[in-house]
Amino acid sequence: MQRATIMRLINIKPSRPLAVFLTLVPFVLVFVAYAIGSEIRLAENPQDKLLPAPEKVWDTAMRLISEGDRRTGRILFWHDTWASLKRLGIGISISAFVGLLFGLLIGLLPVARRLLAQFVAVLSMIPPLALLPILFIVFGLGELSKVVLIVIGTLPFLIRDLSQRVLEVPEELLVKAQTLGASSWVIAIRVALPQVMPRLIQSVRLSLGPAWLFLIAAEAIASDLGLGYRIFLVRRYLAMDVILTYVIWITILAFLIDWALRWISRHFFPWAEEGL
Amino acid sequence: MSFVTVDNVFQSYGRRPIIERVNLSVDEGEFISIVGASGCGKSTFLRLLLAQERPTRGQVTIAGAPPATEPGLDRGVVFQRYSVFPHLTVRENIVAGESFRRPWGRFFGQDRKKAQSRADTTLARCGLDHVADQYPATLSGGMQQRLAIGQALAARPRILLLDEPFGALDPGTRLSMHDFLTELRAEIGMTIFMVTHDLEEAFKLGERVLVFDKPRWDPHDPNAYGATITYDFDARDGGIPFQKLKEDTHVLQAN
Repeated sequence: MQRATIMRLINIKPSRPLAVFLTLVPFVLVFVAYAIGSEIRLAENPQDKLLPAPEKVWDTAMRLISEGDRRTGRILFWHDTWASLKRLGIGISISAFVGLLFGLLIGLLPVARRLLAQFVAVLSMIPPLALLPILFIVFGLGELSKVVLIVIGTLPFLIRDLSQRVLEVPEELLVKAQTLGASSWVIAIRVALPQVMPRLIQSVRLSLGPAWLFLIAAEAIASDLGLGYRIFLVRRYLAMDVILTYVIWITILAFLIDWALRWISRHFFPWAEEGL
Repeated sequence: MSFVTVDNVFQSYGRRPIIERVNLSVDEGEFISIVGASGCGKSTFLRLLLAQERPTRGQVTIAGAPPATEPGLDRGVVFQRYSVFPHLTVRENIVAGESFRRPWGRFFGQDRKKAQSRADTTLARCGLDHVADQYPATLSGGMQQRLAIGQALAARPRILLLDEPFGALDPGTRLSMHDFLTELRAEIGMTIFMVTHDLEEAFKLGERVLVFDKPRWDPHDPNAYGATITYDFDARDGGIPFQKLKEDTHVLQAN
């Protein structure tokens, strides 16, 4: 008699509907767990502020994104978002550009490698948040110190990662380019740069997590606008509904940025598809 | 005067000699196959010809020019792998053969159009015109190597160096690559050095077959001595070049 064979776990692949279901399960579970916890606490004390009901968070969210501030009439939610995204964008852009430049220098030129590689390795060991007071003292409490914190926090990683990627460009390609008469400059812009561009996007995606961390830390300490500032401001009133709205919004933003970067990478560097 | 001259070349990495006392003179247009066991300095010798490395002693000169210190336009190369640029389309890869020597590594305006049509001609000759807009990753191994050869030739080098160019290909593709290379050579008559593991291939394609081996061998220290050219075969006419000569002169002809 034919025995029903039991497949190994590593060979069981979910079908499409099951895959969608499985993806949704943890989200639903977390939501349900929160709803139940909130229900229990509110049943005991309707004034409880710690776990506001999901409907209340929803109402708060709607109020935040549509109603203006009573004093100025500005919708603070969008101003906060814009202020934070601007800081994040400027910081990450500077990091990416400088990281690319130094990554190419260190990766391509043995002299620059000797000069900078160890220095960057040591720099990257400095905890950026420990430098925050210095930044506030040197650059003041304005935008500059927040952007600089993001740059300091993400740049050493980007430089190290990108120079490593440049070093991984096969020696054969560099020799080949030389036999076609390419100068160091042409090798940098026509061989190394295009080959590390997909990696740059990949590295930026990885640095976005730390970048948000440094942004919110800087905003929490000294700011008058921004997502992190708002969260730490309303903390004083135990306004969990506002905090939760902002946290969910930051998560959505981070996810969207990540998704956009992945799309850019796929769209503009189709030849690197298998490496991503 | 010979075209490529290798004069008493030694190469060692640290204290370990790789090749020693290599002397060679090659005429323009010759096809040289280089064979030998693994670790016998074939690839090292090719890197010396390429000027990717400089010999510890002796010198390599091409067409009487002073010995090169780094790879340049006069030497074209095709490696076993990573010979084409994966981020450029097939056509751009050929154009790169001409444009990389420019200050920005590319052509602009009218030059660009002309270079592209020249590239299309090259591609047609390599049988790659139908994939001109694809990226090399979508091509088969044989097509990639044809592209690599086309690209190297687009730069018009004085000598072409092939480092096991067909080593990673299946036997059928390898045979068609032999035909491709033979046809191409009949057209352009370039000086070619090819390193290969395949003796049959070496004798089939080459006019001269150089064998690298270690003439001295210390069983207690296999790395004590380097390799050198131990045989220099004349491989024309299937390895018996004088057969025809003798037939022509010593055998009574019908007429």
